[in-house]
Amino acid sequence: MNDVRTAGAATPLEIRIDSKTYVSAEGKPVEVIRDLRLQLDAFSFGALIGPSGCGKTTILHIAAGLDPNFIGERRIPGRGRLGMVFQEPRLLPWRTVADNLRLVLSPDESLDKLDGLIGTLGLGAHLSHYPGELSLGLARRVAIARAFAVRPDFLLLDEPFVSLDVAVAARLREELTTLTQRERVTTLLVTHDLNDAIQLADKLFFLSTRPASVAVEMALPPPRGARSKATIDEIAGEVGARVPAYMPDVART
Amino acid sequence: MAKVVSLAVLLGLWALIAWLAQSPLLPSPMSVGEMIVADTRSGELPFQMACTLARVAAAFAIAFTLGVAGGYAMGRSKLIDRYADPWLVVLLNLPALVIIIFAYIWIGLNETAAIVAVALNKLPNVIVVTREGARSLDPALDDMAQAFRFTWQSRLRNVVLPQLAPYLAAVSRSGLSIIWKIVLVVELLGRPNGVGFVLGSSFSLFDMTRILSYAISFVALMLAIETFLVQPLERRTNRWRRNAA
Repeated sequence: MNDVRTAGAATPLEIRIDSKTYVSAEGKPVEVIRDLRLQLDAFSFGALIGPSGCGKTTILHIAAGLDPNFIGERRIPGRGRLGMVFQEPRLLPWRTVADNLRLVLSPDESLDKLDGLIGTLGLGAHLSHYPGELSLGLARRVAIARAFAVRPDFLLLDEPFVSLDVAVAARLREELTTLTQRERVTTLLVTHDLNDAIQLADKLFFLSTRPASVAVEMALPPPRGARSKATIDEIAGEVGARVPAYMPDVART
Repeated sequence: MAKVVSLAVLLGLWALIAWLAQSPLLPSPMSVGEMIVADTRSGELPFQMACTLARVAAAFAIAFTLGVAGGYAMGRSKLIDRYADPWLVVLLNLPALVIIIFAYIWIGLNETAAIVAVALNKLPNVIVVTREGARSLDPALDDMAQAFRFTWQSRLRNVVLPQLAPYLAAVSRSGLSIIWKIVLVVELLGRPNGVGFVLGSSFSLFDMTRILSYAISFVALMLAIETFLVQPLERRTNRWRRNAA
């Protein structure tokens, strides 16, 4: 059983997963998430951190409404309008960048209304290109533009910086900070990279190993997105002290 | 250029053998060409070709529409596939001639029976190919379309059909070539017009010149459709692949 409720725009994003199981190749039920509670204040930025394979993407899919097969409840803010950036950009390869963006707009809206967004993300020169002609960094930018184009009430980001080189990832982080602050959207980022999480988020949720639940919750001091190297190191030190030892492969750099 | 030379050699060989044989059973390319011109001027050849082409178009449209819908449903739903697959296997293994005879006996010697018979012959092939296409649809793009609340029309047009396009192009090509051959048999067995009918009556008169002129004309027409309609459509559909990095 699961329940979806939408509320006012200023209400938090709440996910409660009592249990989520799937059937293994051998036909046995495997519980991947148990008693997970996650609450994210309106317009804030949360980061869900955990080791590879602990169920982060599954939680994101449940939050997005893509996976209704779980026991629990999700409450989503506003009209429930979702913007999502998947780990792979998931653009339609047979449509140009402009068409990929146009497709998520309502029929009475034109691409002109995205001028600011396209400018911020540096996509102006690439609108007539097909996704196959873009680098991974540019394709991710298009995916981010698409997620913001729908004027989301909540935004879900699945490892958007993975496989990018350091400079491209840094620029994308800056752009993402600008956009989430400007558009005031409740955002949940899934990552295995502690640095990304500390730089972007207001609140960190550390997942336990399987069956996953939130093991440690940590609010970070404002302002997000503009933390100095010293602050980041200090937060990382605190995380190191609080995050349980059974999460050895979470980045501690 | 190579194609033109190859066809010219074929034509030359045909002319040489016809000249050596000096038999009404192998007319020269010249006499076949003269008959094509004469029957085109009289309107006989265009009329018979139009009858056949109309049947090809109708049967193709029916087989394509039902086949794509059926194949998609079977590719997406294991339950539908489980129940419909035995029917498909039966249909796949029924000889074309048997289906044609059934249609003429059960429906009557009329246009409906002719078109249904041809469509039924092609249908299982369209289903099989489309089912493969539907099975290979990318679930990641499905999730994306769901997350961004695409309408079903938008999902069909922008997500599903472009992925099925290579399969549909393959099925169109093989479809046209199979369908027009079956249409000729259907016409030969039970229609009062069309290229198949002309071939049948010419056969009973041993009129090889007419048989060759109608057969060649129709092959040329189907080649023209393939070259000027099917191939450009395929190129247009695959335009995005050419630019891929």
